Amino acid sequence: MIKIKNLTKKFGHLTAVEDVSFEVQPGEVLGFLGPNGAGKSTTMKMITGFLAPTAGSIEVCGFDVSEKPIEAKKRIGYLPEGAPSYGEMTPVQFLEFITQVRQLSGQNKIDRNKEVIQQLHLDKVLNQSIETLSKGFKRRVGLAQAILHDPDVLILDEPTDGLDPNQKFEVRELIKSIAPDKVIIISTHILSEVDAICSRAIIIADGKVLVDDTPEGLRSKSSCDKMDDIFREITSGHIS
Amino acid sequence: MRNIITIFKRELGSYFATPVAYVFIVIFLIMSGAMTFYLGNLYERGQADLSPFFQYHPWLYLFLVPAIGMRLWAEERKSGTIELLMTLPISVGQSVIGKFLAAWVSIGIALVLTFPIWITINYLGEPDNGVILAAYLGSFLMAGGFLAIGSCISAMTKNQVIAFIITVVICFLFLLAGSPLVLNFFKAWIPQNIVDAISSLSFLTHFVSLAKGVIDLRDVIYFVSLIGFWLYANTIIVEMKKAD
Ligand SMILES: Nc1ncnc2c1ncn2[C@@H]1O[C@H](COP(=O)(O)OP(=O)(O)OP(=O)(O)O)[C@@H](O)[C@H]1O
Ligand SMILES: [Mg+2]
Repeated sequence: MIKIKNLTKKFGHLTAVEDVSFEVQPGEVLGFLGPNGAGKSTTMKMITGFLAPTAGSIEVCGFDVSEKPIEAKKRIGYLPEGAPSYGEMTPVQFLEFITQVRQLSGQNKIDRNKEVIQQLHLDKVLNQSIETLSKGFKRRVGLAQAILHDPDVLILDEPTDGLDPNQKFEVRELIKSIAPDKVIIISTHILSEVDAICSRAIIIADGKVLVDDTPEGLRSKSSCDKMDDIFREITSGHIS
Repeated sequence: MRNIITIFKRELGSYFATPVAYVFIVIFLIMSGAMTFYLGNLYERGQADLSPFFQYHPWLYLFLVPAIGMRLWAEERKSGTIELLMTLPISVGQSVIGKFLAAWVSIGIALVLTFPIWITINYLGEPDNGVILAAYLGSFLMAGGFLAIGSCISAMTKNQVIAFIITVVICFLFLLAGSPLVLNFFKAWIPQNIVDAISSLSFLTHFVSLAKGVIDLRDVIYFVSLIGFWLYANTIIVEMKKAD
């Protein structure tokens, strides 16, 4: 479970995230939406312990991220924006590194590696250095890394960006299939994804939460039916 | 400990997956050989010891070690992998130590590969091998000092070239801290006891006796605490600057 209270992040004069509070329960898939520069990635960086909040608190599975960062990080799988990974390594080497960090061993190690390689269709590129992979494959390696230890909490920053349509579909199916007992937060600019996988959506703009509702709830608030139109209406200030 | 080893292995693997380690080792071997025989006149001296070999190490390290150290954190920040690393359940201190050790071991490998010089001198005469071993250890320790400075500076910038240049300058000051050049500059305007303190920070002063094979505990403590200090500063800087 994730509990966020009055979270604020300032970069100098710029307030990237302002007084954001929400909770996410296991089984929920939270879609994190908002225009470019809204503060989605910044919020995710704070949840995963990369950025220290200016104010407010974050609790992941009962551990305060500022006070017990290692305990919190053990329970999180994180795909950072742009899916950074070590270019000179091959996916096999990279996953082996993550396996060691996550302290997987024995049969579990073998099973988990096999499973994520199969789930993200990495078998053909296993021994090619990551820097020579196409963008979509890099993203898949990043996703594999995030889910490898079967974490209770998944934070995915634009997980389907750069994937081909088939892969987008498969990654959504993957997220749906692991969702029932997990806390999942994904940010995305593809609004059809919200209908497809999210049980709840938060729209933020200029660091502030505008809406926190189910996809159906969003529809009922708006005169439009298409998610894109609803998004535009909300973020351009028609509803708040 | 386990995390340090994991980071260490990944880092060492990446040195040898890219040309970095090989280039370093080859250049180190060529340069140290050239300096020993041409500048140090190993043959002509007619003495069975390796001081012509060790006496140039500080100057070799001055340029080669910052070249190894500059990428340690700058590259991680530039490529964004620092976000991955810092969100894994590994503490910053563990990452700093693991990375440092991997680079240090690469330098150690280069140092070990200079063994033909040691064989040569044993073939030519009867050197005191205990002295040579002590000098090797001293040289390795000094390389660690240079490297810890490089690692720390590398965390301050995303730009490896800047990291390299600043590290060279700082290492140069540490090298020459005991020389008249630096001391005369300070003597004019600061008290003598501070001048003495600056002089006691000099790499050269501490290395000279180690290179002669005299393992004085004070010299060892000096290099070990120097490494500890810079790596501690390194940890703080990574914490502060990781997300900039
Ligand atoms: N390290 C930083 N220093 C200064 N400003 C920053 C920093 N990181 C983010 N910002 C600013 O914070 C704001 C929020 O950025 P953030 O990356 O969270 O947006 P986002 O919602 O993820 O946008 P996008 O949809 O484009 O990914 C932006 O105005 C950005 O310029
Ligand atoms: Mg973003």
